[in-house]
Amino acid sequence: MAEIGTDRWVDEVERRRSESGALGRLGQILSRRWLAVFVVVALVYPFVVGGDFGIRVGVNALLLALLALGLNVVVGYAGLLDLGYVAYYGLGAYGYAFLSSDQFGIHAPTLLVVAIVAIVVFLVGALLGQPARRLVGDYLAILTLFFLQAFIELALNLDRLQLPFVDGPLSITGGPNGISGVSPMEILGFRLGQVRDYYFLLLVLVVAVAVGLGNLERSRTGIAWRAIREDTLAAEQMTIPTGALKVIAYATGATIAAVSGTIFAAVQLGVFPQNFTVALLIVVYAALILGGEGSIAGAVLGALIIAMVPELLRTPTGARFLFYGGLFVGSVALLRPWRRLAWVAGGVMAVGVVAKVIVMTLWPAVAAGEGGGLFDRWLIRFDPSAVTLVNVLFVVMIVLVLAAIALRAPWRRDPLIVLAAYTLVLVWENRLVETPSITRQLLFGALLVVLMAVRPYGLLGRRRVEVV
Amino acid sequence: MAVLELRGLTKRFGGLLVVDGLDLVVREGEIVSLIGPNGAGKTTVFNLISGIFPPDDGDILLEGSSIVRLAGHEIAARGVARTFQTLRVFLNMTVAENVVVAEYARGRVGILRSILGTPAARREARQLRADAEQRLGFFGKRLVGYRFDQPAYSLSYANRRRLEIARAMATGARMLLLDEPAAGMNPAETHEISRLIGRLRDDLGYTILVIEHDMHVVEGISDRVAALDHGVKIAEGSFEEVASDPAVVEAYLGKGDAIAK
Repeated sequence: MAEIGTDRWVDEVERRRSESGALGRLGQILSRRWLAVFVVVALVYPFVVGGDFGIRVGVNALLLALLALGLNVVVGYAGLLDLGYVAYYGLGAYGYAFLSSDQFGIHAPTLLVVAIVAIVVFLVGALLGQPARRLVGDYLAILTLFFLQAFIELALNLDRLQLPFVDGPLSITGGPNGISGVSPMEILGFRLGQVRDYYFLLLVLVVAVAVGLGNLERSRTGIAWRAIREDTLAAEQMTIPTGALKVIAYATGATIAAVSGTIFAAVQLGVFPQNFTVALLIVVYAALILGGEGSIAGAVLGALIIAMVPELLRTPTGARFLFYGGLFVGSVALLRPWRRLAWVAGGVMAVGVVAKVIVMTLWPAVAAGEGGGLFDRWLIRFDPSAVTLVNVLFVVMIVLVLAAIALRAPWRRDPLIVLAAYTLVLVWENRLVETPSITRQLLFGALLVVLMAVRPYGLLGRRRVEVV
Repeated sequence: MAVLELRGLTKRFGGLLVVDGLDLVVREGEIVSLIGPNGAGKTTVFNLISGIFPPDDGDILLEGSSIVRLAGHEIAARGVARTFQTLRVFLNMTVAENVVVAEYARGRVGILRSILGTPAARREARQLRADAEQRLGFFGKRLVGYRFDQPAYSLSYANRRRLEIARAMATGARMLLLDEPAAGMNPAETHEISRLIGRLRDDLGYTILVIEHDMHVVEGISDRVAALDHGVKIAEGSFEEVASDPAVVEAYLGKGDAIAK
């Protein structure tokens, strides 16, 4: 009798599927050695960018990474849709400000402050996380969103509190003006006076949290959280106290957010209500979803992309780099085999040369002479007066791109791709690169759409199956 | 000695009486089958025992003490674990993880030590994994080796049923509630699952309460059979006694004159 149940074939298919594709292979390498790669890059970064601004961008990126790591515990592991998350970031920041500024005249040692904030916020999180025992999904989301709104309202309005037995109104949060004059951190006698200091502090913290969560992920608690996300009822029946573990996940995420909040307050030397809005909440979620829910490396990677890319897009050079890089990677990934890629690339050149000759001879007025070397022969440079024409081309480009995506038959599709790619570069060089404020948003949005379309479960997220 | 005892167990859903004053005793080392037409209330009995919802009346005794007010995870940790009629394995977790999940109550390492990755935490994680692998070995070669680290969604239907049984065993329970273990299986697999249920009792000493529609399975494994219809126990005894009971025949087939017509 043949051996039953040894279907190696399934194994083979799974293995090949997980290894196939450039992105998949990159993901594999990153998921194994990602922390070392990240640390090396992050250590080199401040010396490459040099200026204070670049380091500030790095600080924001690391803060976002820390926030995404905390949110990953709540959303990625336990599957609790928490829209109040940013409130705990705010609580941490205000907590640090209360205990390290002239607001109440308290200047406690930094480590003590952070410890107090962490413990208090864990308890607050455990209290406010109680609804998670019963509520799931959108119901929990709307309830926790209320927590965030309540926090913002309190921060805005607790500046003229009338208390019994106290003369005059008492200002706790400083209202819309927040609390300024927050002292920098001082750890073990070392005063963190510069942005650079906080950069390295955050780097240490991100690594520590990532390692700690990695350990937790493999423990019985981590496995139980994932089981709760998969099927709460079945998890409960398998001896897991689901209610208590959900609350712990919620409070753990809140604590990580609060610790990041203390650093944020110290870097900014102040806290203001407008720092903790729904907009920030969406950014944190975007980072986590882009990186892949449930993946520690993904949370960090997503945060870095979300925080760095808009900064990279500030300069035309950076924007160009991203645009052509994206175009190249996209073409190589989508236009297979190589012959087809060569066809399309050649087609774009040919169309460009013909178009340029026609335009130069028929309407020389709209063209503005010669431009940057690489595009000389095939790219039309429009005169600044022809801006309406370029705007029309922009609309044409969008229609062409959509048509190229929608059409399936290759013999109709490839010519469209050629036309779409050409107008894309044309509009890009003539219009978009000149107006960075619009381009940043557009390009950033397009990048996110493309990345999510290519990897629906996030860059480093695992494919999830709901019912089979 | 009675492991599980149901006394006058009653459950209403609105105006519908789903389980009506059910008395049932399962003794140590017994395999008892619960049969009855669809909608008779069999799965509701399982849900009541495992604490998914509380009974409206009556009592459930596990080894002499009431478990009616306990939460689901406490009941499981006390020694009654179940499988589900509609499979509920954790699809996006690996085969081994599915079993490790159920060992939660046996772990001693808390969240802080887990984060720090202390030697005790590592040792415990290794131990739980080793236990899970050994548990899966009970099913022959089907769920071992390269299967350990495959996602559960890659398993066949029959293997998912086996995985659910392994998971229930991993809770450390002494009593298993199996909800239609042979549902959706082909004749060969059905035969195998019958033998497996026998081995669970004979080799590993489990006490088993099983819901089953396949009468060959019921006949093959049961020490005793209880038949339910509209929430009422209409017969109890050996398979032959219950199968020939007029009330049971009527519940399954309708009244004699209706067939004759």
